[in-house]
Amino acid sequence: MAMDTASRVVLIGGSAGGLQAILTLLPGLSPRLNAAVIIVLHRQSSADSVLAELLAVKTSLPVREAEEKEALLPGAIYIAPGDYHLLVETDHTLSLDYSEKVNFSRPSIDVTFSSAVGVFGAKTMAVLLSGANGDGVEGLGDVHEAGGITIVQDPDTAVVDFMPRHAIQAVPVDHVLVAADMASFINNFAGLMVG
Amino acid sequence: MNRNHISEQEVSMLLNDVLERYGYDFTEYAHASINRRVNHLFQLDRFPSFAEFRYRIIADAGYALRFVEEITVNVTEMFRDPQFYYMLRQQVLPVLATYPLIRIWHAGCSTGEEVYSFAILLKEANLLHKSVIYATDINTSVLEKGRTGIFPLSQMQQYSRNYMEAGGLHDFSSYYTANYEYAKFRQDLGEKIIFSPHNLVTDGSFNEFQLIICRNVLIYFNKTLQDKVLRLFGDSLEPLGFLALGSKESLNFTSVSGQFRQVDSKEKIWRKHHL
Repeated sequence: MAMDTASRVVLIGGSAGGLQAILTLLPGLSPRLNAAVIIVLHRQSSADSVLAELLAVKTSLPVREAEEKEALLPGAIYIAPGDYHLLVETDHTLSLDYSEKVNFSRPSIDVTFSSAVGVFGAKTMAVLLSGANGDGVEGLGDVHEAGGITIVQDPDTAVVDFMPRHAIQAVPVDHVLVAADMASFINNFAGLMVG
Repeated sequence: MNRNHISEQEVSMLLNDVLERYGYDFTEYAHASINRRVNHLFQLDRFPSFAEFRYRIIADAGYALRFVEEITVNVTEMFRDPQFYYMLRQQVLPVLATYPLIRIWHAGCSTGEEVYSFAILLKEANLLHKSVIYATDINTSVLEKGRTGIFPLSQMQQYSRNYMEAGGLHDFSSYYTANYEYAKFRQDLGEKIIFSPHNLVTDGSFNEFQLIICRNVLIYFNKTLQDKVLRLFGDSLEPLGFLALGSKESLNFTSVSGQFRQVDSKEKIWRKHHL
């Protein structure tokens, strides 16, 4: 790869109540996180550049809405833009796709999880948070199959527990965590950038 | 559980087959989206193996057409990104109004929802009578739908909201008649639209335009093809013509960026320099 793109990826997916969990976990991420972070959050499609600003306050890592053809860099956080699916190319760049909704969702968590793990394989960690629908569960299964690490928010602490409960039933989950404990797992998985 | 039954290499083989036998060139499309759609089609049509899938595409021209139509994305809506349409109304239409004949190319128009949206803008600016909109797509069956001007009634509530947000001047429902579950758009809106097949990968320029609209098409192309298509657009625009792209598409860092200036800091509308 021309630039040093990320060799590991952390995928975070959430729906209703997911934003709260993300705001809780972000401050704990290491400023030298040696992985790219991709966040897929269901929301109303309009006025969503606000989301990047909202999250940026909670971390020293750069947060941006994903652009097509953008390279995934370690230590950066990419947000799936509203009303587009976010895909990962084999050269570790991002693609956007305005195709049919999946699980009534665009961006769909399943689409991004499956696409990213197809590229990063076992070097993938996927975190599924609070939500009211089943989007993300299949993708989480793909991550497990590829040998990646699967994390689900503790349903008892999720604002809406359907999504995490469904995931725990359907997929072998490595860790069930409260949001506040997730950052240290992510830091350990990613490792630290040297220098 | 992994839904990618067909590898990226196998997808490349199919794309080469389609190019060699039928002349449709998808080899410079971005891979991730094409892979996903090819895998989806493979499962939808329940092929037992890659070999049988491949054989069908090679041997059955009718099925090959389905392949072409299914791997290209045809999702669209009316007044998608209302602010974009508002900006067209405010910044672009007053300039177009100064021309005796307005020529517009809507490239990659799919089933035509955005073409009718723009026709409504022109109508409300009293410009439609002196305009011609060339609406093109690679996929002939979506063009057929566009020609009918008939869209699902279930979408009209959303479209009406979009229309209002885009600065619409009238009651949106005055533009169509509802019939069972369909909305048929007024004939006068379609009269100035020419739906015609055009393949951005292989076909050249066919006129000079004052406005080219191409939204959410370039995101499916790789960098090389994006540059090639943008050069085609640049060559097909009159001096001071406008180029309008999708909300996540940009001319920044492309081979034509020097020829254009962005009209508005947010909306994706560029204007060609006077040379």
